[in-house]
Amino acid sequence: MEQFTPKLVGARVKRREDRRLLTGQGAYTDDHRPSGLLYAAFLRSPYAHARIVRLDPAAARSLAGVATVMTGEELARLVKPVRAGSNMRDYKTTSWPPLAVGKVRHVGEAVAVVVAESRYLAEDALEQIDVDYEPLPTVADAQAASEPQAALLHEEVGTNVLLTRQFAQGEVDAAIAGAEVRVRERFRFHRHAAICMENRGCLAEYHAGTGALTLRSATQCPGLLRDVLADLLDLPEHCVRVVAADVGGGFGAKSSLYPEELTLCAITRLLARPVKWISDRREDLLTSTQAWDEVVEAELALRADGTIVGLRAEVTTDIGAYSIYPWTATVEPVQTISFLPGPYRVPHYRGRTRGVATCKAPLGPYRGVGRPITTFVMEGLMDRAARRLGMDPVELRLRNYIREEEFPYKTPSGIVWDQASLTACMHKAREALDYEATRQWQRQAREEGRWVGIGFATYIELTGVGSAIPVSPGMPISTGTEAAFIRVDPSGTVTAAFSVAPQGQGHETALAQVVADALGVSFQDVRVICGDTAVAPHGTGTYASRSAVLAGGAAILAGRALREKTLQIAGHLLETNPADLDIQDGRIFVRGKLERGIPFREIARAAYGGLRRLPKDMEPGLEVTRFYDPYYGTASSATHVAVVEVDRETYEVKIHRYVVVEDCGRIINPLIVEGQVRGGVAQGIGAALYEEVVYDEEGQLLTGTLMDYLVPTAAELIPIEVHHLETPSPTTLGGFRGMGEGGTIGAPAAIANAVSDALSPLGIEITELPITPERLFRLMRGTNELS
Amino acid sequence: MSEQRQLRLVVNGEVRTGQVEPRKLLVDFLREDLGLTGTHVGCEHGICGACTILVNGEAARSCLMLAVQADGAELLTVEGLAREGRLHPLQDAFWEHHGLQCGFCTPGMLIAAYDLLQTNPTPTEEEIRAGLSAVLCRCTGYHGIVRAVQAAAECLRGGEE
Ligand code: FES
Ligand code: FES
Repeated sequence: MEQFTPKLVGARVKRREDRRLLTGQGAYTDDHRPSGLLYAAFLRSPYAHARIVRLDPAAARSLAGVATVMTGEELARLVKPVRAGSNMRDYKTTSWPPLAVGKVRHVGEAVAVVVAESRYLAEDALEQIDVDYEPLPTVADAQAASEPQAALLHEEVGTNVLLTRQFAQGEVDAAIAGAEVRVRERFRFHRHAAICMENRGCLAEYHAGTGALTLRSATQCPGLLRDVLADLLDLPEHCVRVVAADVGGGFGAKSSLYPEELTLCAITRLLARPVKWISDRREDLLTSTQAWDEVVEAELALRADGTIVGLRAEVTTDIGAYSIYPWTATVEPVQTISFLPGPYRVPHYRGRTRGVATCKAPLGPYRGVGRPITTFVMEGLMDRAARRLGMDPVELRLRNYIREEEFPYKTPSGIVWDQASLTACMHKAREALDYEATRQWQRQAREEGRWVGIGFATYIELTGVGSAIPVSPGMPISTGTEAAFIRVDPSGTVTAAFSVAPQGQGHETALAQVVADALGVSFQDVRVICGDTAVAPHGTGTYASRSAVLAGGAAILAGRALREKTLQIAGHLLETNPADLDIQDGRIFVRGKLERGIPFREIARAAYGGLRRLPKDMEPGLEVTRFYDPYYGTASSATHVAVVEVDRETYEVKIHRYVVVEDCGRIINPLIVEGQVRGGVAQGIGAALYEEVVYDEEGQLLTGTLMDYLVPTAAELIPIEVHHLETPSPTTLGGFRGMGEGGTIGAPAAIANAVSDALSPLGIEITELPITPERLFRLMRGTNELS
Repeated sequence: MSEQRQLRLVVNGEVRTGQVEPRKLLVDFLREDLGLTGTHVGCEHGICGACTILVNGEAARSCLMLAVQADGAELLTVEGLAREGRLHPLQDAFWEHHGLQCGFCTPGMLIAAYDLLQTNPTPTEEEIRAGLSAVLCRCTGYHGIVRAVQAAAECLRGGEE
């Protein structure tokens, strides 16, 4: 890769976006109030599975202040249903109408929408809609749903098993049968919710005169939405604009197309008035995509010296009621078998997976996708193996990591790891922890009768994925490129626009650092605009730990192109060979002769000043768009260590220390990177100890408030220690690797292993997350009863 | 539409008036009628703390109050923290210590921190964590927030000496 000389890149630059957010001047979706605004409210099904026998909106329609009420049948005439297709062989495409037509498939599914002069009125009108349901058998869990006699959610495909997939390499059954040590376990990772502090919401505005549709949405993917909305609404793509200004968290849950977005677009087109919908927390818990909900039966086989010989696994994923666009229902189950071998050399492997539809909210991508559970499973097996072998868990890992000289390394599922610092991360983690001393402390504490444990987890993840591999298996759209549009104004200030769209990751700062370095101007002179398809070049959005790699790479390409042109113009004006010139801090000068130079803004003015001041044949202007495709993408890796104590009385798990050593390549802004790591770990700790979406057998959501669904508060968390190795990626421009998700990948496994270690004298091992006190209590009693 | 009620209150030092339905939430009144969209709504059921403001000097959840209940009261919202373009030490410290990512919890978090330091100018880390546990942040893991409140406490104490 070409050299990239960082200057601002790597600096702990304070974030540019903070001032407005700190003073209450942010521009979230709900902060927009165009004149003539109408408010939408959705009527949602109280049943998990039911036929809609009758739906009468007449009374609601006649209320004062109600602009329209629409049913599923009526809306179906205005928009196509969502069909999340995939070219994966054993995948069945199903339909998802934006408002239910004929039947509902989960509690909370929208059956009608009211649009009124205020939200209060719209909600009043909901109560006047009369619906008769005929309940159908609830399909409450994936195992039952896959039995042949189970009621069908999607009759059109004749089964609830919407996908099956297998990855295999070598002779796994023979390898396992002949191995000296085998460990086998059934792991269960319960359903999880993203809980963005800002609920979902959108605001659609149609301009009848121009035919232009604008959707403001709390989304991670404005570019992706624009493409699909144009298609489903049958509008020319150039008439559709999607804007995601400030967005209050995403974590994957705001990366899919949602029925409400489609509904509002259709209605604003009909009424030619702006329409807004803001979800309340209950709706968000009922309808935003959820995560995980998997059972993994896995077996790991090793030689007596600890070398892994084989791994096989069967995965069942409860994908909920619908296959989400564009990722489809494959995203979690297939990534799980794809990434299961993790950072280890596994010569013989087979992973089989299936995704089963049930009457729950749709499953979608969430921070880490597949990898939080694969890390929980694989690292759990490694610790079990270490105990069986009587080996230190650190030694066992070091023995099996993919070695430095083996990169690039192709995994059984076809992914190529370009390079990762597995062994180095572990060495550094051991040192940062002071492993020997901590084990010593543990021995003492155990003698005092305390339940204390140390847990390790190492992961490797694919980030910044280019066009070689679809982000979600078999997905028909391409997500392998991003672009940067950079314009230098005649005054010398710089605007850089990107299709990536942050929800707290600080793109406005980080990308400005990259652009400033690539172009040679000062940070203050660069303004970054993200998340507005009207100004950005084509792209999709922010997800899958891709923005630093893809948008950062595009920024380098575009910045360099402008730098070159700038030098040519400067060479012409200074009557010097451009090769002898350099740009720094907004000034162009002859190398070695600082005094012979010209300010950048002079060049900018010249660029727009017509041919008189430009080299012969040069096109005027100073703006450029460059696309970047990192092709395979690049690996990020980390080792997490948790030190925990289980309270002997309350069975609460207390975290004493948490250490992360990670390698995300060249760091653009350490402040932001550390924030992402710590925030990710916090979500992983939530997943390990507190958070669980619970449905009962009737498919009713029991965790419909933040009082029932527990996310960690400041009181539950401790300072998380973060250490970096900074090995530039050998394959990406700038050497960046993605890192937005990693924290959540490592933490559940590290905590689970630490708790198992703490309880190992009692012979107890964690197989199920989250580890609530109640679950621990039952485990200790060896019973399912609470007595 | 039910009858409207007249309202007069002081928000961030300014007298404001309005006409509201008795059922209108205080947070909706602030956001919709007064245009103060800095105060956020994260749950509408009193758990997340995003809507935290000061009412007569004490922290309150504006999603659990009706606008009419604030008649005659004195309110402080995030928009009132900075004075004459100068950020409050808490805002500065949040900025410096990366106490925010998406910024959605930030207004409530700042007001909760303001309230905490008002009652306890020298909090320990534990007291800060307990004091802020009524506001949820999903982005930061609270690390930068806790550091920021420690720094702001120190700065505010320094200012007094
Ligand atoms: S919105 Fe008031 S506490 Fe959540
Ligand atoms: S910064 Fe996003 S919720 Fe706190």
